[in-house]
Amino acid sequence: MSAATTPTTARDERPAPQRSPLAASARRVGSLARAELLLLVRNRTALFNALLLSPLTVVFLAAVTGLPDDDAGAQALFGASLMTMLVAFSLLFVVYYNLTTALVARREEVVLKRLLTGESNAAEILTATAAPALAVMLGQAVLGTVAVVALMEPPAFTNPVLLLVALLGGTVVFVLLAAASTGFTRTVESAQLTTLPVLLVTLLFSGLSLPLSMLPDLVQRLAALTPLHPVVALMRLGLSGTDADGAVLTFAETFAAAVGPLAVLVAWVLVGVLAMRRWMRWQPRR
Amino acid sequence: MTSQALISVSGARRRYGSFEAVRGADLVVRRGELVALLGTNGAGKTSLVELIEGLAPADGGEVRVLGKDPYAQRREIVGQLGVMLQEAGFSPDLTVVETARMWAGTLTSPRPVAEALDVVNLAHRADVRVASLSGGERRRLDLALAVMGRPQVLFLDEPTTGLDPESRRATWDLVRGLLAEGTTVLLTTHYLEEAEELADRIAIMHAGRIVTEGTVAEIVAAEPARIEFVPQDAEGRLVEVAPADLPALSGAVGAPEVERSRVRLRTDRLQDDLEAVLAWARARGLRLADLDARSASLEQAFLSVAGTTAGTAGPDTPSPDASEEVAA
Repeated sequence: MSAATTPTTARDERPAPQRSPLAASARRVGSLARAELLLLVRNRTALFNALLLSPLTVVFLAAVTGLPDDDAGAQALFGASLMTMLVAFSLLFVVYYNLTTALVARREEVVLKRLLTGESNAAEILTATAAPALAVMLGQAVLGTVAVVALMEPPAFTNPVLLLVALLGGTVVFVLLAAASTGFTRTVESAQLTTLPVLLVTLLFSGLSLPLSMLPDLVQRLAALTPLHPVVALMRLGLSGTDADGAVLTFAETFAAAVGPLAVLVAWVLVGVLAMRRWMRWQPRR
Repeated sequence: MTSQALISVSGARRRYGSFEAVRGADLVVRRGELVALLGTNGAGKTSLVELIEGLAPADGGEVRVLGKDPYAQRREIVGQLGVMLQEAGFSPDLTVVETARMWAGTLTSPRPVAEALDVVNLAHRADVRVASLSGGERRRLDLALAVMGRPQVLFLDEPTTGLDPESRRATWDLVRGLLAEGTTVLLTTHYLEEAEELADRIAIMHAGRIVTEGTVAEIVAAEPARIEFVPQDAEGRLVEVAPADLPALSGAVGAPEVERSRVRLRTDRLQDDLEAVLAWARARGLRLADLDARSASLEQAFLSVAGTTAGTAGPDTPSPDASEEVAA
């Protein structure tokens, strides 16, 4: 440290450029997200989980099932279910699991606490930490769509609005659940265990892994209240325009059918915010 | 000094469950001055500083920084604050320059990254991963980030802990440079020498309160000076002196002590009473071997305030729940 370069000489008097609060906030998030992206690229395990885990799982499941040959309708439903699975796995593995481990790592490194001492607020820090996962998930959704459209009879894309709502709403819910889950996660390694309840319950009752219609009525109703279920339901309405029983709906009818899942999704956003405030910790327990 | 108070704390309280770490602390820091907050481990320094930094709400009393409540109105002043925590980490897989760039991107008007690293002499380590830095280098990177936003008010929590003497001096030079520019600094430290070097005023905290506050001279003046000697006769033989035979001191504090021939006197009027002792010795033909007359030191003042009841206080570091309130 040279005394000659003390900042006496260095303070320039240019006024700081005026920015709107929103632009300033976006700039802070951008700067933190860039660093987070660098960290993701430098962490091989996290990078594999983020980039390859859900696409490989979907390709594997598709290979096991096999593409229905002749029937265009069956092919379209198959394509829609592959796209739904891709988004669901991305929400679980890329957004939820990866973000839980990333937030725990930053907390245990005492980086979260440092960031709070600066100009960024909690929401900006959380958004920035989630940003790489969100980018990866959206990229996977786009690539998955392209692949389905190119390789097989594509679904009808009846209601793109509901598709977008499913993606965004699902993302917000699983970001918040990840933040809340860090409260039960002491180390990056233990995240493998602490994320299991959410991963298992949401996947089991999403309607993707288990035909829910085989279950007792009460269980079906409860399943519809789990956080991944409305995402899957909204995607089905958006992609194929069919209701839970397979009946084909018009564009207008899909909105009416979406009210229930939308209400559940909004409720989970609220639950997620409360859970995050209740359980998320910003510095390690020492 | 009559200039404006940038930090004012009155009756601040902070609780962790049933333990009260800050129990009605009062503190004022005026524009452009450096106040050093001293205290033993567990005195509540970090807990108090976190209230002033706006990282947690006070459970009682009033805290104002730049005229605002630093917790409730944090948004309005955070751009004017620089914070160097006692313990804050870095992502080990980022390089020094990547870390600095990330931080600069969150600030309203940052110094150039290269300049900030140069100021703490880390420019040559710019492309090194943080994981490979030494403890001292990390502390300097900490400092670089804290001053990067050109803060009006700078909080330094034990900034030189773990630094080698040369880096410590360089940090002091940097802090002096910031003071010369008009930065206001609240410093906590365990090094009394650091407080004496840098501080305009010193506040000593004990058991959750500020118990003494003033310039080094004022604080030291409140402590008695000491006069010590070993009386000998002209041939250098020890002379036993009974306490009753000692001269009466005009500023005596407490009774004289005689311990294995060594006489120890404490006085508020060092010059007068030293004269009295010398006159007494001359009159009796005594030599005062090993004569030592000295004003109180800051260390002595500190120990008399903080050392006497050490062990009554609790943890210095805040509970992990502290920052949840920030997030809410």
